[in-house]
Amino acid sequence: MLVIQDLTKQYGQITAVDHLDLVVNKGEFFGLLGPNGAGKTTTIRMISTLTPLTSGQIAVAGQTVNRNLTEVKRKIGVVPQHNNLESEMTAWENLELHGRLYHMPKKSRRERIDELLEFTGLVERAHDLARTFSGGMKRKLMIARALMHQPELLLLDEPTVGLDPAVRRKMWDLLRNLSQGGLTVLLTTHYIEEAEILCQRVGLMNGGRLVELDTPARLIKKVGKVVVEYFERGETKGVLFETREEALALAAKLAGSVKIRSSNLEDVFLQLTNRRVGE
Amino acid sequence: MGLAAIMWQEYVYFKRKFWSITLGSMISPVLYLIAFGWGLGGGMHGGGGDYINFIIPGIVGLTTMTASFSAIGNSINISRLYEKTFEEFMVAPLNMWVYAIGKVVAGAFRGLYSGWLIILLALVFRTKIDIHPYFVLMMVLNCLTFSAIGFTVGILIKSHADMAKFSNFIITPMAFLCGTFFPLAKMPFLLKNLIWLLPLTQTSLGLRSRGENIWNRTMHPLILVLYFGLVLVLGVHYCKKAE
Ligand SMILES: Nc1ncnc2c1ncn2[C@@H]1O[C@H](COP(=O)(O)OP(=O)(O)O)[C@@H](O)[C@H]1O
Ligand SMILES: [Mg+2]
Repeated sequence: MLVIQDLTKQYGQITAVDHLDLVVNKGEFFGLLGPNGAGKTTTIRMISTLTPLTSGQIAVAGQTVNRNLTEVKRKIGVVPQHNNLESEMTAWENLELHGRLYHMPKKSRRERIDELLEFTGLVERAHDLARTFSGGMKRKLMIARALMHQPELLLLDEPTVGLDPAVRRKMWDLLRNLSQGGLTVLLTTHYIEEAEILCQRVGLMNGGRLVELDTPARLIKKVGKVVVEYFERGETKGVLFETREEALALAAKLAGSVKIRSSNLEDVFLQLTNRRVGE
Repeated sequence: MGLAAIMWQEYVYFKRKFWSITLGSMISPVLYLIAFGWGLGGGMHGGGGDYINFIIPGIVGLTTMTASFSAIGNSINISRLYEKTFEEFMVAPLNMWVYAIGKVVAGAFRGLYSGWLIILLALVFRTKIDIHPYFVLMMVLNCLTFSAIGFTVGILIKSHADMAKFSNFIITPMAFLCGTFFPLAKMPFLLKNLIWLLPLTQTSLGLRSRGENIWNRTMHPLILVLYFGLVLVLGVHYCKKAE
């Protein structure tokens, strides 16, 4: 569905994306996981034609992506990292404008608006101005807007950043429902839990490169399933193990507070990048 | 279809902001009419006839200029740099020519709207104003030209401050110098000829052109069309590459 070949983006001296190769299959829920500055947004912006490439190629459904090729743009839906709703327009008007821009006939446009307002739980606020919405509602409206024209590929750039935990959980439910309809989703996040819950495959990005690519479960297995966490000389340390027995053996030798738990994507990340996510 | 989408959005915005747009675009023309018409104009004569009758076309020219320019310039600049809604149009399956033309035509409508408001005001102030098809043509071309300039400037600038700079250094001087409040003939030779080349000068001359020869009456719209075309091509060119 999405094929990225040798993609590079240079901002002067900074290499935001560094020879990235990536294939996302049809119907897949794919996660790009990485700390701030890893190059996730730049990648999404290049796929959605907002940022010109320095070199490399991007194809969606077999067609090269370019600002001036309108056919392929219709197959893509984008939810950017920041709010970009028309703040002086209502939720309904925002969706209507999108439908018109994507050449949807009136009837299907209106039906789709009702359907998506329902799906995102915004029916009651349909005729309020977007600027009066809370952060979570704005994000939902942006998702509804990106889905208006029934894209084949949905790009979600950190869809839950800045939302409180309860809203984030609701958002996850909403996003999970999406992929059941056969839509291909590329999501970026720096929340490991998010990738673990939503994504079938995860690419770990750091410094503009893909450092690892696999299913969340296999990535976790790769670095070890069990973590022993202990506190020593003012910092928390974690050691990863294949089996619980090995972990217990270490734990027995340690004094003070020791915690044994299953590893998660965060541990994978730490192990592979020697860096805490978000730092 | 894309064109209709953009025009529809501008229409929704206009409807929502109707009173602030209407009242807002009447303030400066009313002040000009009071200051230059009643205040200064009582005894002055310029360009033949009463001064107030002389300056009305000038005020029409400069108001339609600023209205078109800032409607579109600010809309693009806010959409690009502040609200980021520009991205929605860049991502959409929309030809950048269609986007540009939609925005420019919508901006020109805003200019025309304020143009007609002044004409109404002028009637209230009981001035003599001569509206004929050529006058309307010049008004429309002026709106389109400055709307296109607003579009291109909005695409090219890097910050909100740049927009204010462009207004201060280009638009405002034109508003006063381009044959709006006094005839070009009163200026020194070199300056006069430089200013003659500016689009608003062509509008001022065109709006008052009753009695001019056919050569001049062809030049005015032609020069405006030239400006319009050049600026629009430039704007679309950069729009295709804008980040
Ligand atoms: N418009 C830009 N100009 C210059 N540098 C940029 C620009 N956008 C992003 N960068 C740089 O590119 C790198 C990757 O940024 P980004 O793609 O936003 O990362 P992420 O979304 O993973 O946090 C960062 O070092 C950032 O500073
Ligand atoms: Mg980002």
